[in-house]
Amino acid sequence: MSDGHDTHHTDDDCGCSDAEATRPAGAGAVPDGGTATDGGTATETGGDFEPVDVFGGEDMDLRPGADSCYKCTSCDTSCPVAEVDDSFPGPKFQGPEQWRLKRKEDTEIDDSITGCSNCMRCDGACPSDVPLSQMHNSARGEYVDNQMDKLSREYVRNRILANYGTLARVGSKVPRLTNAVMGNSLVQKVNEKVLGITAERDFPEFADETFRSWWKQRGGPKVQSEEKRIAYFHGDYANYNTVEVAKALVRVYEEFGYEILVPDQRCSGTPMFANGMLDDARRSAKVNVENLGDAIENGYDVVASCTSCSMALRQEYPELFDFEGTETVSANTYDALEYLLVNENVIDPVRAVDGDQLDLPDFAYHAPCHSRNQGLDRQAVELFRHLDGVDVEDVGDSCSGISGTYGWKEEKYDYSMEIGEEMFEHMEHAEGETGMTECPTCSMQMEHGTGYEINHPLEVLEKALVETDVEV
Amino acid sequence: MAIEADVVVVGGGLAGATAALSAAREGVHVHLISAKESTLRQASGLIDALGYPDPDGRSPPLANPYDGVDDLPDGHPYRVVGADALREGLALFDDAVGDRYRGGHTDRNALVATTSGRAKPTARYPRSVAPGLVSDDRDTLLVGFEAATDFDAPLAAERLTAAGVPFDVAGATIAFPGDYRADAAVTRLAHALERDEDAGNGRSTRQRLADRVRPHLGDAERVGFPAMLGDAHVEEVRADLSDRLGAEVFEIPTGPPSLPGIRLEDRLFEALDEAGVSMTTGNPVVDYETDADGDIDRVIVDRNGARIPYDADAYVLATGGLVGKGVESDRDGPREGVFGCRVPAPDDRMAWSEAGAFADHAFARFGVDTDERLRPLGSDGEPEFGNLFAAGGVVGGADVAREKSASGVSLATGLVAGRTAAEEA
Repeated sequence: MSDGHDTHHTDDDCGCSDAEATRPAGAGAVPDGGTATDGGTATETGGDFEPVDVFGGEDMDLRPGADSCYKCTSCDTSCPVAEVDDSFPGPKFQGPEQWRLKRKEDTEIDDSITGCSNCMRCDGACPSDVPLSQMHNSARGEYVDNQMDKLSREYVRNRILANYGTLARVGSKVPRLTNAVMGNSLVQKVNEKVLGITAERDFPEFADETFRSWWKQRGGPKVQSEEKRIAYFHGDYANYNTVEVAKALVRVYEEFGYEILVPDQRCSGTPMFANGMLDDARRSAKVNVENLGDAIENGYDVVASCTSCSMALRQEYPELFDFEGTETVSANTYDALEYLLVNENVIDPVRAVDGDQLDLPDFAYHAPCHSRNQGLDRQAVELFRHLDGVDVEDVGDSCSGISGTYGWKEEKYDYSMEIGEEMFEHMEHAEGETGMTECPTCSMQMEHGTGYEINHPLEVLEKALVETDVEV
Repeated sequence: MAIEADVVVVGGGLAGATAALSAAREGVHVHLISAKESTLRQASGLIDALGYPDPDGRSPPLANPYDGVDDLPDGHPYRVVGADALREGLALFDDAVGDRYRGGHTDRNALVATTSGRAKPTARYPRSVAPGLVSDDRDTLLVGFEAATDFDAPLAAERLTAAGVPFDVAGATIAFPGDYRADAAVTRLAHALERDEDAGNGRSTRQRLADRVRPHLGDAERVGFPAMLGDAHVEEVRADLSDRLGAEVFEIPTGPPSLPGIRLEDRLFEALDEAGVSMTTGNPVVDYETDADGDIDRVIVDRNGARIPYDADAYVLATGGLVGKGVESDRDGPREGVFGCRVPAPDDRMAWSEAGAFADHAFARFGVDTDERLRPLGSDGEPEFGNLFAAGGVVGGADVAREKSASGVSLATGLVAGRTAAEEA
């Protein structure tokens, strides 16, 4: 693979203030195996010939991948938004077609780009390796930077939603007060009227104590190991809200003999990508790449408990940014369950558990889009089918509909629920009346649509392996 | 460590799914890896076995696919694995799909009307397509939608008439009821029919659709629509529309995105799940490692940058041909993309293709050469690896587009590759 794509955007092209830190869209993740995710340019250019050499180094943006689209519409077929929202032209338009239209002078990004929920399903559907979600992210970033009114209600609202972590940092200092205020129906009405944040949803409650303060109080890791080391990327949600998921990760990994590091970190950037706030995302990513890169250098692999976080670190960072070490972080980041399944024998201990003795219900499992896109959609059902007495049923391949911040927007709420309808129905038909998923916002949507309590696979694993006497 | 199984199948199309089912039936643990969502969703959903064994001979379509196997050239996959493998492959398919498909009651090909107005010989077809068979002599109305431009119903009717079908056939184009984008996705319209959404004026989608078709009905006893009559509940939609129209409603298979293909994918993956097959989709196999004997020890999957090893005793290669991207080609020649297996081709590049789009092109037969156990062979005629078995489009020797044999080749070779891989495990 040649590095012939290293031609930079002009500021105008990428619409970002920090063009130095930005690689051209399409320069994509090129793993060691030499397979490009950028539309196959690596395999299709034989020998020493490299097309970009012909142009002699002037600024340009080839946007590789647009030409690989042969309009089969597989992406449109897989798009959950296009299925319910008649005003949304679908991923094919938002990617390759938007790109071609925009080549004409004075043609702006079509504002329908803000309808994309960033579920990234189109990536997995495209038989031609067109980097669709990357094109959408770049187009959305450009739209927000150049065309969006920064004083508009929509921009302010999106900025607030995208920077949930900042709010959470403040709110979690006084969790009970914040919970009381945010749970107040009057406040919710005001949020909807003033900000366009739907009043239909319950604001996620803050835990009494953040994961990081628990970790500090505990004195950090209880297991020391030279060989088995992971750096935990908890993200904002497991830190401020679902602290029990983060604790489950710690207990399960320590049970398997891992030394755990909890590096300083910011939001993975997923909600920022989804709202076109690429400058915010870049600031977060820079911190994360630096800190996680240091950990990797010290022998740690990065593990995330949220599949949108791992997706951001693995795919979106190398697609959108070019900090030193981005590729290394991408190649050494894993989902928590995935990492155990690759590196440890998890199946035999799970098989040895007497599931009937456990206080575990049957589960209705939903695979988040961002786990599906990483090829992790089957891991929970395939692992837990070895757990006697506990049934984990896959509730189908539909999107949950919330897609992070998408379902929080007042104008998107109804679409969000319509997308989720199929999942709600499947959940209600499933044997189990407890839900299971890896994604915190999918979890919110599952609970909102069915009233079920939702667990993370790590919590189930904790109950099965840590709270019993099974040898792992 | 690695993710472990007895057999790893690389590829999630019809051949990969068949190989995985076939191996799982032998009692081994199978892991199927597909780089993308299954290509089954791009496929028509029809299962062709062999329609034209000698496409240049201008012979009529073949009534019985098994009769044509001996006329195929040496090295054709059917000649390698034998007609019985095709028979067993179809039986495995019938077992997996149950009553969703028709055609298993006979060895004969059926003639299914296509969107371009041709009669295509095929071995198995979805139940929703069955009432539209060209051998049936009931008068027919074909209905296309303005939004779904892939199907020009009046033109298809004209062509079928010219082909001498034994019934009267007319075509009509109507607007899909309800307020949708002019270029709405077929899946959007299919869901509108399935949910029988409100289509305005207090009436539902199906109700209004029937009202719009009725004036065109004439003496037709059956009505064909492009295959978008719902997704999971197509039979319910079809029964309802048939009832409203007083004529039997059927589907005409379309190009991608294909609802019959999506339904078939759903069913086959459900069957794989029931058979205990583990599955990973969305990530390509990018590398492999060999053991001391030169056999494949593990394959490496690229998961967004991370290299994940999958270990097995035997491997099935079912990544597709040139179109499916299992076979790659550049100016130096074609080669198999994952393990670098040899793909024989004429040295003279000019001999790769002939003049004329539908001529007997050499490239159409590109693929690996195999022994009877379907192990890809190197230039010395020896298996490239002792534990690698090939299935489907990546196997050379068939011109599936002209022969109308793609699904049958996948089923026959998938069956054998899966079984031999399981024996090795």
